[in-house]
Order: sequence, then structure tokens, then C-alpha cells
Amino acid sequence: MKIVVLVKHVPDAASDRSFAADHTTDRAAVDGRLSELDEYAVEQALQVVDKAGEGEITYLTMGPEAAGEALRKALSMGGDAGVHVLDDALHGSDALATSLVLAKAIERQAADLVICGMASTDGTMSVVPAMLAERLGLPGLTLASSLSVEGSTVMIRRDGDDASTTVTASLPALVSVTDQTGEARYPSFKGIMAAKKKPVETLTLADLGIEPTQVGLSAAWSAVDSVTKRPARQAGTVVTDAGDGGVKLADFLATNKFI
Amino acid sequence: MGEVLVLVDHVDGVVRKTTTELLTIARRLGAPSAVFFGSGVEAATATLAAFGAAKVYVVDAPELADYLVAPKAEALVAVAQLASPSAILVTSSAEGKEIAARAAVRLGSGLITDAVDVDADGVTTQSAFAASYVVTARVTSGTPVITVKPNSAAPEQSPAAATIENVTVSFSAAATSAKITDVAPRAKSGRPELTEAAIVVSGGRGVGGAEGFGVVEALADALGAAVGASRAATDAGWYPHAFQVGQTGKTVSPQLYIANGISGAIQHRAGMQTSKTIVAVNKDSDAPIFELADFGVVGDLFAVVPQLTDEVTKRKG
Ligand SMILES: Cc1cc2nc3c(=O)[nH]c(=O)nc-3n(C[C@H](O)[C@H](O)[C@H](O)COP(=O)(O)OP(=O)(O)OC[C@H]3O[C@@H](n4cnc5c(N)ncnc54)[C@H](O)[C@@H]3O)c2cc1C
Ligand SMILES: Nc1ncnc2c1ncn2[C@@H]1O[C@H](COP(=O)(O)O)[C@@H](O)[C@H]1O
Repeated sequence: MKIVVLVKHVPDAASDRSFAADHTTDRAAVDGRLSELDEYAVEQALQVVDKAGEGEITYLTMGPEAAGEALRKALSMGGDAGVHVLDDALHGSDALATSLVLAKAIERQAADLVICGMASTDGTMSVVPAMLAERLGLPGLTLASSLSVEGSTVMIRRDGDDASTTVTASLPALVSVTDQTGEARYPSFKGIMAAKKKPVETLTLADLGIEPTQVGLSAAWSAVDSVTKRPARQAGTVVTDAGDGGVKLADFLATNKFI
Repeated sequence: MGEVLVLVDHVDGVVRKTTTELLTIARRLGAPSAVFFGSGVEAATATLAAFGAAKVYVVDAPELADYLVAPKAEALVAVAQLASPSAILVTSSAEGKEIAARAAVRLGSGLITDAVDVDADGVTTQSAFAASYVVTARVTSGTPVITVKPNSAAPEQSPAAATIENVTVSFSAAATSAKITDVAPRAKSGRPELTEAAIVVSGGRGVGGAEGFGVVEALADALGAAVGASRAATDAGWYPHAFQVGQTGKTVSPQLYIANGISGAIQHRAGMQTSKTIVAVNKDSDAPIFELADFGVVGDLFAVVPQLTDEVTKRKG
């Protein structure tokens, strides 16, 4: 079985993220990392291969030079190879362009299973997996809280607001997994050393047969007009409970007409 | 003014409040038409008419319920090709965003997700980076496809005809390949919808266990509020995941948010930071949640919250 896992390199959510002058996410100002939500995708791919007793995992990322670190991190957890789509013309690409590029890169892999995270922690749109399924004509089994593969059938559970749904499809298929699928493993020292020797292929837009004019900021289907830092919320009154904390809170709610 | 499509969010024909908000927003952009999937349109027409839908396009086909998401996207695209709308609005739910994403690819349209406002020129307002930024944007190419969060507008009535127009769609093989093989409905809590509620009362790790959520629920019921939870609480299995607030749960923006035994991690804040008023009860005075609370009580939630519940009940008389 051949699995492609999509991993994104994102600015660390724990740091002070900001926008660059052109209103794109500033990817240089703060440390980047493999999106935590894509670690769940890596883990699920490794588990599918463990259970099947065979399989090959390739990680795919699109992003600037530093995005290679996301591939190395994933490779240190396990798996076999990386593909990095790297091209200056990609700067400022929106979800439509990103999905176009990733779809072309996936097509080269003849994958049985494509696994994505539920959302990137920077853009948080949660649309790329659905766009990829649409572009590739693959069954899209999205937002899985659990995933299993038996022979050539993939099955997920999807926990919605009103119901928990089981979805089944034949391979090849695309799955996105949530943080409900279970904690990702930590890379071992051996894994980190092994990752350094695993092959990573770098692809340009030309390699994928995509014109630079189809992607990037100038080709984006939408434009950001302004970005404004929200004024930090001002801390209000804090009281220490001396047996009447609930009463004081009720007073506050009454003053503000909630009761 | 062009036609603006609003995808109806409904349960067996009962139209969700978010749809009336979307119809209200759609009137700023043009003449709204509703797009209704499944059965039960008879029950929905009165509401759709009251909030300004001139037409109601209905697609009722078994594929919509038998397969995951993709048929709904194809149906929306089919209606869009028929109506040539000037914009398409969809509720920003997990499913809504996927429908919008697929439709945008098919239509070659720009997509904006999670808008909290859309003005008459189609300029959207969104939050970014765990609600620490406000971003305005607009679609520059194709028919704008915009997903809008619940609570983004006050629904206003404006009667229209709501003329039914049935649309037949033939679904592609690709759209009918992810089959729904089992549906286990969730028990209803009887409380307001988490993302729509005016008041949300949440519990975190400090609640200590599933039984501990009793005090949170009691306060919620006294206030007529929805119940929320932190990921620590849902991961521990104390409360269902559907009620998780935060980056990988729901985003809420109520008038009042009460956080009990929640530290205020960035991923939790991402889901509640834009609440109008924030109240926190936490026994640790250094908990980051107090940095955003309008009113905070440092204390044991098992003492403070029941006392508050009693007071609320008393004062509401
Ligand atoms: C990729 C990713 C996504 C995430 N998504 C989410 C998300 O969507 N939502 C979310 O909530 N988290 C999310 N998290 C987790 C988040 O980082 C925190 O771990 C989580 O929010 C902590 O929950 P908590 O505040 O309940 O627990 P803790 O941080 O352990 O805080 C518990 C608090 O309870 C207080 N307390 C304990 N006992 C009492 C008592 N008797 N009375 C009063 N106070 C008491 C303590 O002082 C403490 O402040 C995510 C993390 C990652 C990495
Ligand atoms: N630039 C990228 N490179 C690799 N994978 C990506 C990229 N952007 C998005 N993805 C994948 O798509 C998922 C959803 O991303 P998004 O739609 O941006 O929230 C992520 O969790 C990744 O698995």
C-alpha cells in the first residue's frame, strides 16, 4: 500500500504570530513547526502500515525552504520519503491554488491512501482536504475521529453535532483526521538519525506542469484588504472567594443585566 | 441586484437560526434565494419567506443522505449554474465549509471561510491567529463563495414569495463514493445550540470528572445557557467532544461566557476570545484565563458555582 501524508509547516501557535507587509502570514518572524494537527495524520499513516504489515509512506509539503523541517520531523516519526514543492512563485497562494499544486504532486505518487490533518493551525480553513478530494475525484472521508483500512476498504467514524457517522469507501481514497484519533508518537533518537538519510525530492512548479501565473498572491481568488491587531482584552475585576464568591458573581451578572 | 444563494441549514425542515442570519446578510448583497436539500421543505417555507427568500431551490435525492458531503456540493453547483448568482452564502459548520470548498473548486470561484460579517460590497470580516487579529477581505475572482459563522447578524424579517423551484441533479460517480454506512444519532440535551447560545457555561479539567459537570449543567440551566468544555475535559471523556470549545472544537461568541476550572490555553481562547463578556472561576490566581476575564473569582468552583446557581435561581424568582 502506498500512503501520501500531507504535512504543513506553520508558525508556532504558542508564539506571537503576525502578518507580513503584503498581508500574508509572516512565516519568518516566529519559529515554525510541523502543524500539530498534521502529527495526527502522520500517526494514523504509521498505524495503518503497522497493522497491514506493509506499506510505504511519503510525506508531501508545499512551502518555503523551512517547510523541509516539517518533512524531517514527520520522517523522524517514521515513514519512507518526502516531497517538497518549493517555488518562489507560490508565495501568497490561497487554498484554491494550494490544492491545485498539492493535487498535481499527489497525482505523481499513485497513492492508495492520502491522509491530511483536519486543519492547518495557521490558516485554520479546513478546506484543503475537501478541495483535494474534489480535484482528484477521490472519495473524501473527512474529519475522521477514527480510521481503519481492511484490504481495499477504508472506514472512518465522523463525530458530528447530531450524530456519529460511519463512512466507507474503496481505495484509493482521501481521509482527513481530527485530534480525536489519538496522540502522535514522539520521534525516537534512532528515528531522528534515520530521518536524516531518508530521501526528500524537491519539485518546482515547472516539474508539476503548473504556470507561475496560476498561483501565488497575484493569482489568488481573494484578497486581504486589511489586517488589524485586536486590542488585547483588558483584565477586569478579580476577587478572591471568601465564602461569598458566588454572590459577588451574581452581583456582577445582575449589574450587567444577565439576570 | 443579483440573486444571492443561501444554503439552508435545517433539521427535517426546521430552519436553523443561522440560516435566517444568512438571509439577512444576503439582502445587503442582492436578492436572496434559498437552496434547500432533502425533504421537509413544506415546513421550512414559511420561515424562508419571512426572512426574504424570493425563491427556494429544492434538491431532494437519496444521494444527499447516503453519501458524505460531495453530493451536496454537486447539488449546490447545479443550482448555481442555473441561477448564476452574484454570491453564495453557506453556514460555517464543518459540513458547510466542505460544501463551500468543493463548490468553489467546481465553479472556479474565490472562497472566504469563517466570516463574522459581510458588508454590501462583499467585504468580509474574519478573525485570525486565535482571534488576535481582525482581517477584512473580499473575493476577487468568480462567484464569491462565503461561509459565515453563526451569530454574525441579527435576523431581520423581510417578507418575500419563497417560490419553490425543484431541481434535478445527476450525481457523478466520484460524488457517490464515500458511503454513509451507519448513523448513530446523539441524545439531545434540550439546551440551546452551543454556537448560537447567548450564554455559554464551560467546564475544564478543574471540574474533576464526568459527575463534576453536574454543577456546570446546573448553572447553565439556571441561566438558560449552553454547556461547553475544554479539550482536557472532552479528551478525558467527561463530556462529549461535540461540546468542545476551541481551535479543534466550536468557536463561540456569546454575550456571556463563563469558564469554570479552565486555565485559558491559546487553543481554548481561539474558540471563545470574542465573547462579549467573559467570567472565570479558577482556584489559581495566576491562570491566564483571568487576563481576559471581565470578572473573575479565585476560588474552588465546587463552592463558587453552586452558590452562584442558587443566587441566579433566587434572583430570577
Ligand atoms: C493542536 C491542539 C489543539 C487544541 N485544541 C483545543 C480546543 O479546541 N479546545 C481546548 O479547550 N483546548 C485545546 N487544546 C488543548 C489546550 O492546549 C489545553 O491543554 C486545554 O485547553 C487545557 O484544558 P483546561 O484548561 O481544562 O485544563 P488545564 O490547563 O489543566 O487547567 C485546569 C484549570 O482548572 C483549575 N482548577 C482545578 N481545580 C479547580 C477547582 N476545584 N476549582 C477551580 N479551578 C480549578 C486549575 O487551576 C487550572 O487553571 C489543543 C491543543 C493542541 C496542541
Ligand atoms: N501547504 C501545505 N502543504 C502540505 N499540506 C497542506 C498544506 N496546506 C494544507 N495542507 C493539508 O491540508 C490540511 C488542511 O489545511 P487547511 O485547509 O489549510 O486548514 C492540513 O492539515 C494539511 O494536511
